Amino acid sequence: MAFSSDDFKLYQILLFKESGLSIKEDKAYLLESRMNSLIKKLDIPDTATLTAKVKAGDVTVKKEVVEAMTTNETFFFRDMHPFDKFRDVVLPKIFENKPVGSTIRIWCAACSSGQEPYSLAIILKENAAKFAGYNFEIIATDLSDDILDTAKAAKYSQFEVQRGMPITLLVKYFKQEGTDWLLNDDIKSMVKFEKFNLLDPMTKYGTLDIVFCRNVLIYFAAETKSMVLSELYQRIAKHGFLFLGGAETVVGVTDKFKLMEGERGLYIPHDSVYL
Amino acid sequence: MKSCLVVDDSRVVRKVARRIVEDLGFTAIEAEDGSVALSECEKAMPFCILLDWNMPNMSGIDFLKALRAMPEGKEPKVIFCTTENDMAFIQEALAAGADEYIMKPFDSDIVQTKFEQVGIV
Repeated sequence: MAFSSDDFKLYQILLFKESGLSIKEDKAYLLESRMNSLIKKLDIPDTATLTAKVKAGDVTVKKEVVEAMTTNETFFFRDMHPFDKFRDVVLPKIFENKPVGSTIRIWCAACSSGQEPYSLAIILKENAAKFAGYNFEIIATDLSDDILDTAKAAKYSQFEVQRGMPITLLVKYFKQEGTDWLLNDDIKSMVKFEKFNLLDPMTKYGTLDIVFCRNVLIYFAAETKSMVLSELYQRIAKHGFLFLGGAETVVGVTDKFKLMEGERGLYIPHDSVYL
Repeated sequence: MKSCLVVDDSRVVRKVARRIVEDLGFTAIEAEDGSVALSECEKAMPFCILLDWNMPNMSGIDFLKALRAMPEGKEPKVIFCTTENDMAFIQEALAAGADEYIMKPFDSDIVQTKFEQVGIV
């Protein structure tokens, strides 16, 4: 069932207030399809009842709505290019700036069902000999409890693993369970999952060497975007890097980060040691 | 234009696969089993091969072994595309020289990703 424009506004305001997500009218189809899945999950008869519950201020339902809308599509080695850059450009540069024996801290700021942090963990494992001498910490956060549970379980459907996981790595790092594929514990244990809202203060994450925040800010309004980027700037070391989605830009949003020359989607602080 | 040999005993699958590889910029050649595929390779070695496992006359795995033994038979990138989704099958395929492995059902995104990963698009 389609939402009336008043109802659509109600969801629009709720999403913006709770998560900073800004949805325009052209995303009405997305709201409808996600809410239709949600009513099944919550066993609510129709979207009108769902809307009534949101209006009545039902905290659980409101939380579920936000979670359902902020869950994004993800797959292993999504777009490949950033992962190649991570291995071939970013890590070697960081090694030049951090003493051997130190810990390189990586944060996946909207990890969804875990494919991105696990892809990074697999890269680290595959290149263990080359990267020996350094320790790595991968923190992966998301707003949604449900999606974090999925991420921690690390069990993926055939369809999910095929979207990006090279077959040799699938055979090497996964166990088959019926039609699902379960990631091995040695990779799973390399990633620490935590619930986090990007609108909350990030100070608890200390200083980070690399932040992945791809295809998240596109859903935010300009002011929110610039606020999140300022927070990230505070957290990222001067030798550190920020990955945004390939189609994202900071132009006109913040002057805290600069595009790494010739590297689409890869950003460095405006006062980076590389400048 | 680079050629992709589509080997599958189902005409429907061949048609779907043909459309996908053509969209990726390949010329598609079709073969309905391993032995037809082998004679296609003898005529002209394709650039890449999308290969089913279970087919009459000659299976995909037997075709792959025969192909890899041919002069220039190591050249084409071979991507299995099959309902056989057991780890044992995947390992057998890799040991026989397959470059990638798609478990059916598949869509154009999966084919494209796999082609990218073996470096042919």
